[in-house]
This record gives sequence, C-alpha cells and structure tokens, in this order.
Amino acid sequence: MNSLELSFELAACVAGILLLIGTPVAYWLAYSRWRGKFLLESIVALPLVLPPTVLGFYALLAMGPRGPLGKLWMALFGHGLAFTFSGLVLASVVYSFPFGVQPLIASFEAVDRKLLEASAVLGSGKWETFLRVILPLSLPGVVTAAVLSFAHTLGEFGVVLMVGGDLTGVTRTASIDIYDRVETLEYGQANHLALLLLAIAFAVLCLVYAVNRRVWTPAWTRWTAK
Amino acid sequence: MDREVNSSRLVASIQKKRREGASFVLDVALDAPPGITILFGPSGAGKSTLLDCLSGLLRPDAGKIAVCESVLFDSALGIDVPPQRRRIAYVFQSLALFPHLTVEQNIAYGLRDIPDQDRRRRMEEILQAFGVENLRKRKPAQISGGERQRTALARSLVTEPRLLLLDEPLTGLDAERKAGLVEDLRAWNAAKRIPILYVTHSREEVDALGERVIAIDHGRVVSHGAPMEVLDAPRRKRLAQAAGFENLLDATVLDLREQDGVMRLRLGESPCEIEVPLAHASAGDRVQVAIRAGDILLASQRPRGLSARNVIEGRMASLEQRGTLCIARVDCGVTFVVHVTPGAVRSLELAAEKPVWLVLKTHSCHLVD
Repeated sequence: MNSLELSFELAACVAGILLLIGTPVAYWLAYSRWRGKFLLESIVALPLVLPPTVLGFYALLAMGPRGPLGKLWMALFGHGLAFTFSGLVLASVVYSFPFGVQPLIASFEAVDRKLLEASAVLGSGKWETFLRVILPLSLPGVVTAAVLSFAHTLGEFGVVLMVGGDLTGVTRTASIDIYDRVETLEYGQANHLALLLLAIAFAVLCLVYAVNRRVWTPAWTRWTAK
Repeated sequence: MDREVNSSRLVASIQKKRREGASFVLDVALDAPPGITILFGPSGAGKSTLLDCLSGLLRPDAGKIAVCESVLFDSALGIDVPPQRRRIAYVFQSLALFPHLTVEQNIAYGLRDIPDQDRRRRMEEILQAFGVENLRKRKPAQISGGERQRTALARSLVTEPRLLLLDEPLTGLDAERKAGLVEDLRAWNAAKRIPILYVTHSREEVDALGERVIAIDHGRVVSHGAPMEVLDAPRRKRLAQAAGFENLLDATVLDLREQDGVMRLRLGESPCEIEVPLAHASAGDRVQVAIRAGDILLASQRPRGLSARNVIEGRMASLEQRGTLCIARVDCGVTFVVHVTPGAVRSLELAAEKPVWLVLKTHSCHLVD
C-alpha cells in the first residue's frame, strides 16, 4: 500500500469513528445544563492548542508496553498498540476530536429549541426527536464535521511520527512520506505528493464552505421560524 | 372512550418560581371545561409559563394537574408524566413547524404509532377541516403566514389531544382570516369537546372568542368570568393597559355629588376637570382613571347640546396613521390618545396644532384602584 492510500484509509477510519463518538458528545455539550460543562468543552478543544508532539508523546506512553492502553490491547489482542495502524487511528481520533465535534455542537445548538419542544408535545421522546428533527436539520454540520476531521487527519504529521514511527505500508502516511523524500533529496517525488495534498485540502475546504453557505442545500435550511 | 372525551376538563393548581431567588411566582388555580377559555393578561404576567407547566415542558415547584380525571402531575404523589405522554397539544406563538418537512409530513408527525388506515382517514379529515389539502407537498417556507398557522393547528389537533393550549397563535392575521380560522377551530371542537386554553393580550381577540376569560397578572388570577365582567371594570393598572385602555391618567378627587351618582376629578396638574361615576373615595384622594381611545369623541368646534358631561378643550399634538386607524394625541394639559378614522381626519381637517374639543361620556371613564 502506498503512503497516500494509507493516509486515506486512516482519515476515513478517523472521520467515521469521530462521527460515532462525536455525535453523543456534541449532543450532550449542546444540550446539557450542567455548570461544569466548560471542563469537558476545554478538554475537547485541547488538541487545537497542544503541540502535536506533546499529544503524541503522551499517546506513545499510554500505548507503550507498560502504558495502560498498551497493556489492555495486549490482553485483548495479543500484540502491542504502538507503531501499529490501530494505534495510529486511536491517536488521530484524539488529535482530530475538536474538528469532529465542534461543527456538530454548533449545528445542534442552532436548531430552534421550540422545534424540540414541539416534537415532545407531539409525542416523540428524546431519541426520536434527535433522529427526526435535530439530525436532518444539522446535516450541513455533520458533513462539515466529517470532512474537516478527514482533512485534518490527512494532514497530520507530529502525532503520526511519535506514535506510528515510519513503517512502510503500516504507518508511513503521505505527510511523512513527503518528509522522508525531502530528507533523501527526492524533491520531484516530494513535490508530486505535496501538490496532491494541497489540491485535496483546497477541495475539501471548498466543500465545507459551500455546504455552510448553503450553495447546494435546499431552501428549507434557509428558512427560520419567525 | 366517548365518555372520557365528554368528561374532558382541566383542573390544575400550579406554583412555580421562575428562577431561583427570583421574586416572580406563578401561583394559579384553574378549572377549564370543554370550549375556549381565554387566558388574558399583559406580557410577562406568567401566561406562557403556565402553558409550559401544563404541557410538561416546565416542571412546577408544587401543585397538581389533571385532565379527564387522569393525573398528569402531582407534586405530593411524585407524579410527573413527560410531555410526550400527556396528550396535550400546544401551539406556540412561533408555531415551530418543522422546516425540513412538508405540510403533510408536519401534520403526520404525531401519528407515527397509528395504524396506516386510521392515519390516512385522520389526515384527510384534518387537511380538509383546516383547508390545507392543496398545500400537502409544500414546505413551511413556501406557504403564507395564515397557512402556517392552519398547518400548526392541524398538526396539533390531528393527534386527538385531551387539551389544547394556544399561545397567541393568531398574531399577525387580519381580522377576516382570524375569524375564519377561529370558526374552523370551533367547528372542530363542537365534535371533540375538549378544553382549549387560548392565551392572548389582545382585547379584540377576547371580544371575538370570549366564552370565559381568566385574567392573569403578576402570576396570579386577578379575575375570571364572562369577558364583559372581567374587562369592563379594570381593577389593575397593567391589566387596564393590556385591555385596551390607552388612556390611564392620574387624577385627584375634587368633590362627590352623590345625588347625581358622579364625582368630579382634576386630571394630573392640569386645569381639566371631568365627571366620572361615583366610587368609594373622598375629596382629595389620588386615583387613576382609564379611558379607551375609541370611546373619546373629537370635535373641531366647541360642541353644544350634548348629553355627555365632559367636554375638554385641547390642541392636536400629533397624528399617526396605522392601517385604517388614526391615532391622535391631544394636549389638554394632560395628553389624551384618541382613535379616529381616516375619513374623520379628512372631514375635520385634523392636523398638528389645530384646536379641538374632546367629548367623554361619564360612564366611559373607569376608575382604577
């Protein structure tokens, strides 16, 4: 598997997992009235400001043979977690967490509370209301979350280097591949990959902004109750 | 089942502090039979808080709520049925139609657990009853305000609720459309016979709908009964303003003329004196007098030969047109608000600074205590 394919696989896994974990977390953060909510909000936003090497360093310690995650993984699957694809996915999920969760929080919070109350008095419980009202009205946010966490994972470097090392076909992602090629003075190859990542990043951001500008979304997302 | 519907009646007592430590307390007891009961009061009186408590969206601090003899909330017994199981329909002022669903999907929203055949029958009935069958496939953004109001009502009623709560649902409709929608609602309820609590602060809606009125202010029931009883002897200032008494003036009692059943008041610090119905007061008392803007006659010359006892000279201060209503402010030492028609403005050639005379019937002046 070449490094670009590996990057795509990693980014897809991370985006998928983040949607699954991020949705309940975002729901709770958007609707909870707990006073200590800011604590969790800060934790969610932490990877935004932390140097990737710091995050990668602690992830490596946790996943190492003597770390709690490493031990757990060993007990469950019979091999370690550091320098594996699974370990890379795990660290990347943490690293891209704010990109997967914050767009969801924003779009959940933007849903008019009166719609949720209307759904309740019409007989729907919380879960049903989520599926029938919140989720359909938050589709642009879901798309944004998926696309941003995909793109962010695609571009990460420090965390991957710390946790994954640089194993061909296992943990050598595109961004690391570029670094390696520059090190070995293969500028042409590096430029090739770099241009590709640049194009992908640009395309992804176009998609995000278009969805949030409602370029393609139907009229109902533009309508708000009086 | 039929018997249960026939005995439909809301009995509730609710106490609720709005916020911890806040002084506002909702403390009301209600008993609403089938038919329209109007909850009337100024904004901030606690009407919407009351509806939120009844529907289960807000939890009262104490009290009891029962509809059709089934208890929905009882703080003493620890009963609190969640809103989705109360079978109480609630139409918000904002209507809260689901913007991503069509009119038809909106109306069918509460019918998920109902067998197909039954659902289709109910949908056809309600779409016709509220005249929205041609809008089925439209989204809320693509229909008019009146059509949205009809859709919201249909969506609530199709679930066959035991109680209907309406929070100023007809705001913004013109009189004709409003009357049409109220007719449809009445026709629907003639068959179902459920209690309908209708919140408004509009005096006109009270007159149009009125069977029973419960007046609320500062979180308490201040009076209840037929609209005329509740509204034509304003007992409280805020209520008076809400009831369409545009003029609320401070006055001092000058003297009582018991044999005529009247007393004379001086308005504010002005030289204006008016005659009002006799009340429990004595000379020198400070009182307030409430007069509707629509009850005052305006003349461009000093009128003669009238039965009305109060003729006050003044000067036009301003004139403002709102639709077919002209609002004149007249400075007589105190400022009066007077409603006139555009025709009257033309024939009297009303304009700022013009001298005018106001005519007030004694019994159009209501004392507020």
